Amino acid sequence: MNMPDLAKLIFGRLTIEAIPYHEPILIGTFIAVAIGGIALLTLITRAKLWGYLWSEWFTSIDHKKIGIMYMVLGIVMLLRGFSDAIMMRAQQAIAFNGNPGFLPPHHYDQIFTAHGVIMIFFVAMPLVTGLMNYVVPLQIGARDVAFPFLNNFSFWMTVAGAMLVMASLFVGEFARTGWLAYPPLSGLAQSPDVGVDYYIWSLQVAGVGTTLSGINLLATIVKMRAPGMTMMKMPVFTWTSLLTNVLIVAAFPVLTAVLALLALDRYAGTNFFTNDFGGNAMMYVNLIWIWGHPEVYILVLPVFGVFSEVVATFSRKRLFGYASMVYATVVIAVLSYLVWLHHFFTMGSGASVNSFFGITTMIISIPTGAKIFNWLFTMYRGRIKFDVPMLWTVGFMVTFVIGGMTGVMLAVPPADFLLHNSLFLIAHFHNVIIGGVIFGLFAGINYWFPKAFGYRLDEFWGKCSFWFWLVGFWVAFTPLYVLGFMGVTRRMNHFEDPSLQIWFQIAAFGAFLVALGIGSFLIQLWVSYKRRDQLRDVTGDPWHGRTLEWSTSSPPPAYNFAFTPVIHDNDAWWDMKERNARRRLEGYLPIHMPKNTGAGVILAGISFVFGFAMIWHMFLVAGIAFVALVATAIGHTFNYKRDYYIPADVVARTEAARTEELAAHV
Amino acid sequence: MSDMHATPSAAIAEQDVEFWMKEDHHPANGTLLGFWIYLMSDCLIFACLFATYGVLGRSYAGGPSGADLFDLPLVAVNTTMLLLSSITYGFAVLEMQKDRKGTMMAWLIITGLFGAAFLGIELWEFSHLIHEGAGPQRSAFLSSFFTLVGTHGLHVTFGIIWLITLLFQVGRLGLTPANKRRIMCLSMFWHFLDVVWIGVFTFVYLMGSLP
Amino acid sequence: MKMLRGLLIPALALLLSGCDAVLFSPSGDIARQQRDLIIISVVLMLLIVVPVIVMILHFAWKYRESNKAASAEYAPDWNHSTVLELLIWAAPLLIIIALGAITWTSTHKLDPYRPLDQVSQGRPLVAGVKPLRVDVVALDWKWLFLYPEQGIATVNEVAAPVDRPIEFHITASTVMNAFFVPSLAGMIYAMPGMETQLNAVMNKTGDFEGISANYSGAGFSDMRFRFHSLSEGDFDAWVAKAKASADELGREDYLKLEQPSEKEPVHYYGSVAPGLYNAILNRCVESNRMCANDMMALDARGGQGVVGAYNVTSLDAATRARVGLADDDRRYVGALCVASNGGQPMTPAGRPL
Repeated sequence: MNMPDLAKLIFGRLTIEAIPYHEPILIGTFIAVAIGGIALLTLITRAKLWGYLWSEWFTSIDHKKIGIMYMVLGIVMLLRGFSDAIMMRAQQAIAFNGNPGFLPPHHYDQIFTAHGVIMIFFVAMPLVTGLMNYVVPLQIGARDVAFPFLNNFSFWMTVAGAMLVMASLFVGEFARTGWLAYPPLSGLAQSPDVGVDYYIWSLQVAGVGTTLSGINLLATIVKMRAPGMTMMKMPVFTWTSLLTNVLIVAAFPVLTAVLALLALDRYAGTNFFTNDFGGNAMMYVNLIWIWGHPEVYILVLPVFGVFSEVVATFSRKRLFGYASMVYATVVIAVLSYLVWLHHFFTMGSGASVNSFFGITTMIISIPTGAKIFNWLFTMYRGRIKFDVPMLWTVGFMVTFVIGGMTGVMLAVPPADFLLHNSLFLIAHFHNVIIGGVIFGLFAGINYWFPKAFGYRLDEFWGKCSFWFWLVGFWVAFTPLYVLGFMGVTRRMNHFEDPSLQIWFQIAAFGAFLVALGIGSFLIQLWVSYKRRDQLRDVTGDPWHGRTLEWSTSSPPPAYNFAFTPVIHDNDAWWDMKERNARRRLEGYLPIHMPKNTGAGVILAGISFVFGFAMIWHMFLVAGIAFVALVATAIGHTFNYKRDYYIPADVVARTEAARTEELAAHV
Repeated sequence: MSDMHATPSAAIAEQDVEFWMKEDHHPANGTLLGFWIYLMSDCLIFACLFATYGVLGRSYAGGPSGADLFDLPLVAVNTTMLLLSSITYGFAVLEMQKDRKGTMMAWLIITGLFGAAFLGIELWEFSHLIHEGAGPQRSAFLSSFFTLVGTHGLHVTFGIIWLITLLFQVGRLGLTPANKRRIMCLSMFWHFLDVVWIGVFTFVYLMGSLP
Repeated sequence: MKMLRGLLIPALALLLSGCDAVLFSPSGDIARQQRDLIIISVVLMLLIVVPVIVMILHFAWKYRESNKAASAEYAPDWNHSTVLELLIWAAPLLIIIALGAITWTSTHKLDPYRPLDQVSQGRPLVAGVKPLRVDVVALDWKWLFLYPEQGIATVNEVAAPVDRPIEFHITASTVMNAFFVPSLAGMIYAMPGMETQLNAVMNKTGDFEGISANYSGAGFSDMRFRFHSLSEGDFDAWVAKAKASADELGREDYLKLEQPSEKEPVHYYGSVAPGLYNAILNRCVESNRMCANDMMALDARGGQGVVGAYNVTSLDAATRARVGLADDDRRYVGALCVASNGGQPMTPAGRPL
């Protein structure tokens, strides 16, 4: 075997040419990332934190730590996804009158694809999953999730997927197809390079994590509720999490299947979505939206839960219409499977099919409207404290109502014929995803942060962040609504009509305001850390909360609850406080807990190598990685000692310390 | 709005109510439920592949059809292998419940052999088809056929790997509760593959052989 | 205050300029009806959206903790009211029933496949007027228009007589696009190997913009064309101008044109190879390639049997060199001698025998 053959066997199609050293933006980014990365690694090494990080965090199977790690991942990826957004806004604001802008199509097309993929899969999903992971076991009075190891593994698979997307920035390129990679454009004939392969493998790797975490939380909520917590006594956030995880388990396999078929078309020469040999690209569009539409509810249902918790807590009232809230959530979850075709009315399915899907889409607005009303009447006759989480909630309600309205406009098929694929559509879904999901996540972060870290987040910077986001959102997306009416379509690299430019400039300014909002949030984290002693909350219940997570200390001990709570009411903790329930201070028992393991990190690491090798056609490496993956997984099953007991005296000491703190506080 | 009412609070005497459990709380083990949910998600992958086959199963691209290619007697033998393996797995579970480790392992080995026979026949069929020029690239029908049947075969392969792993684990540690749970999970997996195969046999082979 | 006004007035002026956006001032009857639907649905929804927003802000303000006046109303356990709950489900339900009914009728009435029954509001179609047929092909990255009755073809420019219904038949060469003339009618996808249709009519003369409204790759942003709405006489003159072009769009010319290119200038073809659109639609412009409709007819009868497996071929090297195709022998199913197309014998490439 000669040298080129050997190189091809090992490196596949990866050559030095794959490093985009001729793109100044990428080189600049790379240098910045490299400097930042090295600085971070040096700091960690100097502080001798590696051992601590490895044993206390990376290998942790504690749902609380995994939840926090998900949040960190989501926030880091938000910075990446948002820099893509800023670049797009800047490009479209200047690319007029023959000015090509600073991003040629080759680069620009990768950016809008990456923006969508990152924001959905690696920002919104980790943040939502992180919140559910952290909060759900606490809300149901459990000590961990049903499958703690799986939880850790799921998280690291999501990280591996995110790392593949990040790798595409500096090695090769990302897909230039739009975030759903419709074939034939994403097929081998039209996109022969590695971009689509990065897309496929990053989503497949992360998808494994998402599906497993869905199964995990589902089993947790079904099996591990504290005694007395019947289904209709579950907190609303737990309810929405339950249905979100039902949707995850029922939708993500479809994504896995359809991406696998696309991968087969690209790797094995099959003809599922090709133009010739009987392939049918329309099937891809249908299948991916059968996943894609439930996906938006996977994102938005948990934050509906967040708002339900926040609005009741800060109005200091019981949630209005608990039962109808639950039924509304169930109806939304079921209906989310019956509307996928509204994403492509323009494919020519015929009037009856189109109007069926148009009407089912509109029907979803009924339970959603009911939810809005429920929050509204929770505020009615309350005593509303406008802390930061509540500000986000009111901002959400006003913004989301508009987003819902523009959504129903798009659900009328003939109207959609004019507005489909336009900037109006872009404005609509950002209106519901930013105004719904992102606002809800910020509400949730501000709400549960004191639970996770023991101190509240700084109020001033939180309010700055809120107002910058709210105003920035409207300044950025109102012009897009208008541009949609001017017949401007999405994903354009440059424009001819100079009268449009002013709108894009306003939108770019809005994006700048949002950047200030993100900046304020980061400052908020930093300032709060600096002022943590002033912001400290020792009660564990800074907001006068209603649900069980507020009954334990902040941050909660590893075992969450020294004694499993018994539930008598929807608002279990409120009920305990109302009836002056006293903490039990004796009779501690040893607590059975799962043990940390590094298997998740290792398996996900090998998956990353496998995915990377497949992308670059390094089939030898891929084969070895796959065998290693299976072998490691099997090896892990030989580990039977996965749990340990926290001795009763340790529990007693921890709880005594809390008793002392509480006494000192009063 | 006359029908507004307040929920009575503090109605129950405080002393009667327990807010924390005195004894240790053991939530029910979620493994079997979790595995069920996993199987259902896997089932959805098969559902997509079946749907794909349903859409593309008659797109021969001017090439051969199922009626031209399928060797029904061979597939019948193959089906028998898989069905028998499901029965023998059932026997293994019965033995497990009687805590008879040796016979249980024997039945598991027989199950694995039937599974391997099934895989062997399937691979032979595939190689025969590819040899005839009817590979997965030739038409959308063949793409969806190879993918659906191949995905099932891949599952059986992993089932056999799992089965061998379990044999080692049972051999080493005996029929512990953890191992019994694993045997039950694999049992569900194995029967699930059987059910999927019945779908494949009916929709792909039998109906595909119709002219 | 002055500064605020200084900001507000331009902003207001800008917003008003948004009101004569193309979708709000359409020139074709279909686009006009679609615009009306947008307005009707917005008004219907505002019936509920405006009160909700007002209530959100009002409640948030009134029941704020610092408002001592409202603290007497505080009802911490009030959480249910049958009347209210019925109301909050019924109100959106009623609006959706109304909107659903509008959706059902309008979707059928404005189905792009449905032939028109009026030229514009209050002007029914004159009996006997045949719609103008235009075949549209989305190429990488330009638009090809074929006029089967006139026997001409154009690139990136399309014209039609004002007030005459137009029947577009739309397909694509390689990837998905969307055919969209915002002032004429809503968009519809252009997909390879498939045909979509659009029936529309333009009620004003003028020069309008047309775009691809579905991202299709590198040259997508420049994939624009002009739509000329002309008087009857001007249209005839336009056709004559195109006919005068010496260029002929033969099969090999098409294969050349099909190659990816960006910012393609307007181009006229005085004549077009017979059956070319059909061949493009059925992906058999290459003469040794089986047409998709023939393939489907064969497949409906159970394919070609085991021997059919080997009927895979590619364009011969000589033609490839002539057309200027890269040396990528793309493989496809080979043509048979004669296949049937609607009873009329056709050669594989769609030419009548």
